Amino acid sequence: MEVLSLLIPISIGLGAIGLAAFFWTMKSQQYDDPEGDAARILRDDYDDHPAD
Amino acid sequence: MSATEYHSAAVCPGCIAGEGVARRAADDASLGARDIQLSLPTIHCAACISTVERGLMQRAGVEDVRVNLTRKRATVRVAAGVETADIVRAVSSLGYEAQPLDAATLSAGESDRAARDLAMRLGVAGFSMMNVMLLSVAVWSGASDATRDLFHWISAAIALPTIAFSAQPFFRSALSALKVARLNMDVPISLAILLAGAMSLYETISHGEHAYFDAALSLTFFLLAGRYLDQKMRSTARSAAAELAAMEVPVALRLSGDGAETVSVRDVAVDDLLMVQPGARVPVDGVITEGNSELDRAFLTGETDPVAVGPGADLKAGEVNLTGALIMRATAVGGDTLLHNLAELISNAEAAKSRYNTLADRAARIYAPAVHLLALIGFIVWMYVTGGDVRHALNIAVALLIITCPCALGLAVPAVSTVASGRLFRLGLLVKHPSALERLAEVDEVIFDKTGTLTRGTPVCTNMADLPDSALSVAVALAEASGHPRSRAIVEAARGRDLPRVRVTDIVEVPGFGVEGTLNGAQIRLGRAQWVGAEGAGSGTVLRLADGALHDFRFEDALRPGAVGLIAALKARGLPVTLLSGDAEAPVRSLADDLGIETWHAGVLPDGKADLLRQRAEAGKRVLMVGDGLNDTAALALAHVSIAPASALEATRVAADLVLMGADLSKIADGLRIAGSARRRILENFGVAAVYNMIAVPVAFLGFATPLAAAIAMSSSSIIVSLNALRTR
Repeated sequence: MEVLSLLIPISIGLGAIGLAAFFWTMKSQQYDDPEGDAARILRDDYDDHPAD
Repeated sequence: MSATEYHSAAVCPGCIAGEGVARRAADDASLGARDIQLSLPTIHCAACISTVERGLMQRAGVEDVRVNLTRKRATVRVAAGVETADIVRAVSSLGYEAQPLDAATLSAGESDRAARDLAMRLGVAGFSMMNVMLLSVAVWSGASDATRDLFHWISAAIALPTIAFSAQPFFRSALSALKVARLNMDVPISLAILLAGAMSLYETISHGEHAYFDAALSLTFFLLAGRYLDQKMRSTARSAAAELAAMEVPVALRLSGDGAETVSVRDVAVDDLLMVQPGARVPVDGVITEGNSELDRAFLTGETDPVAVGPGADLKAGEVNLTGALIMRATAVGGDTLLHNLAELISNAEAAKSRYNTLADRAARIYAPAVHLLALIGFIVWMYVTGGDVRHALNIAVALLIITCPCALGLAVPAVSTVASGRLFRLGLLVKHPSALERLAEVDEVIFDKTGTLTRGTPVCTNMADLPDSALSVAVALAEASGHPRSRAIVEAARGRDLPRVRVTDIVEVPGFGVEGTLNGAQIRLGRAQWVGAEGAGSGTVLRLADGALHDFRFEDALRPGAVGLIAALKARGLPVTLLSGDAEAPVRSLADDLGIETWHAGVLPDGKADLLRQRAEAGKRVLMVGDGLNDTAALALAHVSIAPASALEATRVAADLVLMGADLSKIADGLRIAGSARRRILENFGVAAVYNMIAVPVAFLGFATPLAAAIAMSSSSIIVSLNALRTR
């Protein structure tokens, strides 16, 4: 049962990381243009000039 | 202008995008920079984004460009001194349509913030729900004694702060309802969440077996999901409506001592002299002091034919000046204009509409008291049975509250409305009013306006085929010099015919009368019958050739696409159709005959339209009114539900519940079908919720409800309801 004292903090910690990531995406307004983001990933600008 | 090269291709220049990658000017904080908002209705793909962003970045003075494909908009940050018009021109040279948007009108940030706030609470609730559910699974599968207590404590540590944060919207709404001594759906929701939290905490402290932390959290999560969908749907509609409004930047051209200046309509004072250019809308009410022209009054009166005006004639805000520049003296501004008086009428009718009881309201009114009563009865009965065991009786009462909590009910309406509004949006129908969809489903009669609604509001020439090429080529040569709708109709209609070119010189447009010119040394005229010299020819347009020969041009208002199909579809559904127009009898009758509409009224004044709508409402009819004119505004506001095309004035669109974005009228029939389907889905969802309660309530009442059973019942009913919503089509 001692393993619980390790596993529970880990599982909650992982969840908290996910929550923090969610906060970050909200704050940086990543849900404002879902269609645009879906389209942007298909652009080939970056493939042609990865340095930019 | 910079010396940059633009790719100018026809359809989608982005799809064949050129090379050259823009470097973003990182220096955002430069002095005097400002944001320009543009509407880009034609962008649709990744390459479109690249082309616009790259093309604009290459311009001098442009600091940042961000295209939003979801909203079909671009935000351009430009340095001081760069004109909006230059940017619009730059975008059109890239091959895209662009419309500047009025940033002040557009600032719909409020609803966006509300949606973001809800999303944040939803995310937190989701995180906590999943973690607590994991711990609960361990308890359900047999954790006991100290382990169970530990898990309960950890659950409490996660759940209680989450409830305090995520469930706030419900608490606030419930509190405001209770303050005015009313019950809404949020009262039982708040009670269930709070009691579940409190009782679980008590059970945890006293080493109890059952804790409902997971139930309290999943309740919060599912209900927030419904609330979020609702908010998102409304803010989408609102931002689209705001965008329509932002396209009409209300300005006037004021004449002062040293020339003309562009001012906002709000700043115009009585007795100001204003210039109204051909093609522009009259900004305020006034009197003409100089100039002759023709006015398109269709928005105000429904008349198709332009009206000739000269000095001394009255102008009303909203009329369109067609041919000559006019100088007018403002007589009524702001709150005194006819336009504003109409707006007042609308706000009265709005209040009536907000009293409309939606299905969700009606369900809540039955549901909330029933749930409370049930929990109370459960408590009393078990107090009696157990001989005063408060803890056990309270356990039963809380289990009843949790299990009857309207999880499915809270999702039933928003899920369906979101799906239906999304489908309508894709068809080009914008649902502006929250209860419009439900009202649309109840329609049992349809009334149409004529000009601009069933017709395009622009004339087409009907007797082209009867005219000889020689006359037609002269007419086209004259018509090309004029911006009058009828001239444009002649040019448009002649495009298909292979006409010989004629050289007409000295072409002059005489505002209010027509166009004249010289052909082979003789004067020719195209215009009003009297002015041309044709006797008794009424309001028709006549061409007089050099040899004195006269040719009549006849015009008719063209039907909107889909009008025939729509009327046929409405008849097939058994809905009576009425045509209501301010226009003269002859054109109204001919249109009614063409479309097969039996009931029609011609020459109806705005008040008459409103009266008729009132009569129909008193007769218990639920009328769908479709109209675009200012003269329809009162009628639109009074109708059970109303639709205006996007071409209508802002004042009219405000009064309408739905806005038809495209030109095709047949989408209205699809809209009626989807609204009907949505209503059926909502009722089915209520049915699902009822059946679920019929099974769950006795179980909980008898004391057999465990946290596991509650969790399974709650999530399965929520999922069934959401899946059922997807069947809306």
